[in-house]
Amino acid sequence: MPDVIRKDGIHNDDLWTLVSAPVEGESLQLPDGPALLPVTVWNENQDAFAGRNDIGVWFDSHDEPETVAGDLNQLPLIAVNFPKFTDGRGYSIARLLRERHGYTGELRAVGDVLLDQLFYMKRCGFDSYVLRADKDINKADGCLNVFSNAYQAAVDVKEPLFRRRTA
Amino acid sequence: MYVYDEYDRQILTERVAQFRSQTDRALAGELSEEEFLPLRLQNGLYVQRLAPMMRIAVPYGMLRSVQLRRLARITRDYDKGYAHFTTRQNVQLNWPAIEDVPDILAELAEVEMHANQTSGNCIRNTTTDQFAAVQSNELIDPRPYCELIRQWSTYHPEFAFLPRKFKVAVNASDSTDRAAIQVHDIGIEMVRNDAGELGYRVYVGGGLGRTPMVGPVIREFLPELDLLTYLEAVLRVYNRYGRRDNKFKARIKILVKAMTPAGFAEKVEAEWAHIKDSPTRLTREEIDRVKTFFTEPDYQSLENEPSALVSARGESKAFDNWVKRNVDSHKQPGYSIVTLTLKKTGVPPGDVSDKQLEQIADLADQYSFGEVRVTHQQNVVLADVRQDQLFELWKTIVPMDFGTANLNTLTDIICCPGGDYCALANAKSIPIAEAIQREFDDLDYLYDLGDIDLNISGCMNACGHHHVGNIGVLGVDKKGEEFYQVSLGGSSQRDAAIGKILGPSFAREEMPRVVSKIVDVYVERRTEEETFLDTYRRIGIDPFKERVYA
Ligand code: HEM
Ligand code: SF4
Repeated sequence: MPDVIRKDGIHNDDLWTLVSAPVEGESLQLPDGPALLPVTVWNENQDAFAGRNDIGVWFDSHDEPETVAGDLNQLPLIAVNFPKFTDGRGYSIARLLRERHGYTGELRAVGDVLLDQLFYMKRCGFDSYVLRADKDINKADGCLNVFSNAYQAAVDVKEPLFRRRTA
Repeated sequence: MYVYDEYDRQILTERVAQFRSQTDRALAGELSEEEFLPLRLQNGLYVQRLAPMMRIAVPYGMLRSVQLRRLARITRDYDKGYAHFTTRQNVQLNWPAIEDVPDILAELAEVEMHANQTSGNCIRNTTTDQFAAVQSNELIDPRPYCELIRQWSTYHPEFAFLPRKFKVAVNASDSTDRAAIQVHDIGIEMVRNDAGELGYRVYVGGGLGRTPMVGPVIREFLPELDLLTYLEAVLRVYNRYGRRDNKFKARIKILVKAMTPAGFAEKVEAEWAHIKDSPTRLTREEIDRVKTFFTEPDYQSLENEPSALVSARGESKAFDNWVKRNVDSHKQPGYSIVTLTLKKTGVPPGDVSDKQLEQIADLADQYSFGEVRVTHQQNVVLADVRQDQLFELWKTIVPMDFGTANLNTLTDIICCPGGDYCALANAKSIPIAEAIQREFDDLDYLYDLGDIDLNISGCMNACGHHHVGNIGVLGVDKKGEEFYQVSLGGSSQRDAAIGKILGPSFAREEMPRVVSKIVDVYVERRTEEETFLDTYRRIGIDPFKERVYA
């Protein structure tokens, strides 16, 4: 069970399991405990999962927030996968989920999540992170707060610096 | 020029500290080579054939004299005492030690400089016309808009891991284009619409490199305040849909081509509709605030063509030639724009020593309000020189090797570092530049030939812009031997075009002779008013082919 970094610190009691899409012809196997389903699977079976607080979804970097039918805010957790830390699509997905689709629940970065990307992830709307296992989780807090300000508007700070600068 | 406030200073200080920590972790083995790569690239650090190489940003080409002096000191203390001006208005050091880079960045930060996003798959330094705000034919000074783009793009959280690098250039003159905007990922041309309102024509998907393309217009008119939201929409579409499976097909030009310019534009418009009124939309106050940093210097009221200048030109043919070639007219009476050429035969184009950097700083202080501009042709501009001081300036710069009166001629060559420095090179490029400069050492002949862009790259990455040279030279590898392919008819100006390949490539020692033959055809076939490019466009490539391969 991986440790999860949240605003209030490191949690080692997280029970969510990431479920892969079933291979052609097989049916979905749900694990014990809460499950993150591929967004494509959730899209097709929304009615079956309606109202359950132990079902979340995850987006791979090529999945599109626009394809989601229904209300994302019924989901307790959304994860976005970074298959490779150099794949920057997850940043746009996060911003779209927050800024366009109004998702307010927990948004988690998973996959190839390294320390030096945490600050940008935070800015794009993530508020929970599963750091890749070989990275020193005790350095995460420093990396999440490596800059005290930023030029652009994003999810964390809604106004660009030019609207906040006091001469 | 823009001056940092507390916010800018703090953000940059934190960046230096961040990179120091990243370098420490990399040296301690906590960051793998692969993980450190994009971090160091986005701080300007490449690892090259012989040593690391560091690219320092010069936002839209502007440098103050204190910055030049600091660069000089850095090249002396951390490098071998020289630096290289690049074709994107930046400065490169060729031999810094990796462990020194955080200290170099700290020294740069003290003079409001950095190496942010000068490399890597992110939004790079925004470039513009080196004659911005001093030429008479200009809609508006483009530099405040470049600064707005600089701030918006600096550490943009969404666009630090794009499919590939991303370059933006801005032009504000409707008669020239010294920023080569049509061969950039985004080219921005400042325009007025029929109602007289200020805005931008937006080109997307130009670029050189492996698949050279002239960018199509994807929006004819974008209102002034909408600049950043629209850029954000373009970048978001690119970040989401640009190809990531193949490095050679990852530039935005490939996406624009695949979607068609109209299809791409539609996608951008749809994205933009959601964010055009977001807080990222510029405000009049912010534009005005940034403009206050780009006010006119304290010009004296002077006359054009003062008698001191006229008589000096009469006395010295060499001075007169230099005025004709390297001095451009200025919007302010009594002032001129001077280009210091870094193209002396035998010196790699764009290279300067630490001492020369300090000399340029002194010249700037003495003759041009303490500022210079770097050009994408690898020269340096003193933008505000009094005409009655031109003669004195010229006498000062000739012994410094900045007075070669060959601006925009065949020997004002754009040339990448090539095989002498670059691990990716197929062939050397600097010795070719030198051999051609030696072949054409007769200035009167060069002046007779007029404006000709000759650009050389050591491989198809096109750092030397060979595709857009009127004459382009590309280093190729033929069974382990260095050969050179020639193309004709390229242009990076308003009439931007990609050159056409002449035919089979040549051995190095043939190159001066090949260029001579090409030039001979022009001289024989031109009409009185025609430039090389005009003649080429009229007669086509065949006469050149016949002569060269005869
Ligand atoms: C010596 C180390 C260098 C390396 C390894 C290098 C590498 C590259 C590569 C790989 C590309 C192609 C990128 C692409 O098409 O996606 C490129 C393009 C470019 N480089 Fe360099 N470069 C180096 C030095 C320079 C220097 C010194 C200059 C300036 C004199 C320069 C200016 C450019 C420019 C202007 C392009 C843009 C071409 C375009 O628009 O596609 N590079 N470089
Ligand atoms: S064009 Fe090729 S050889 Fe020249 S600097 Fe660029 S990558 Fe190196």
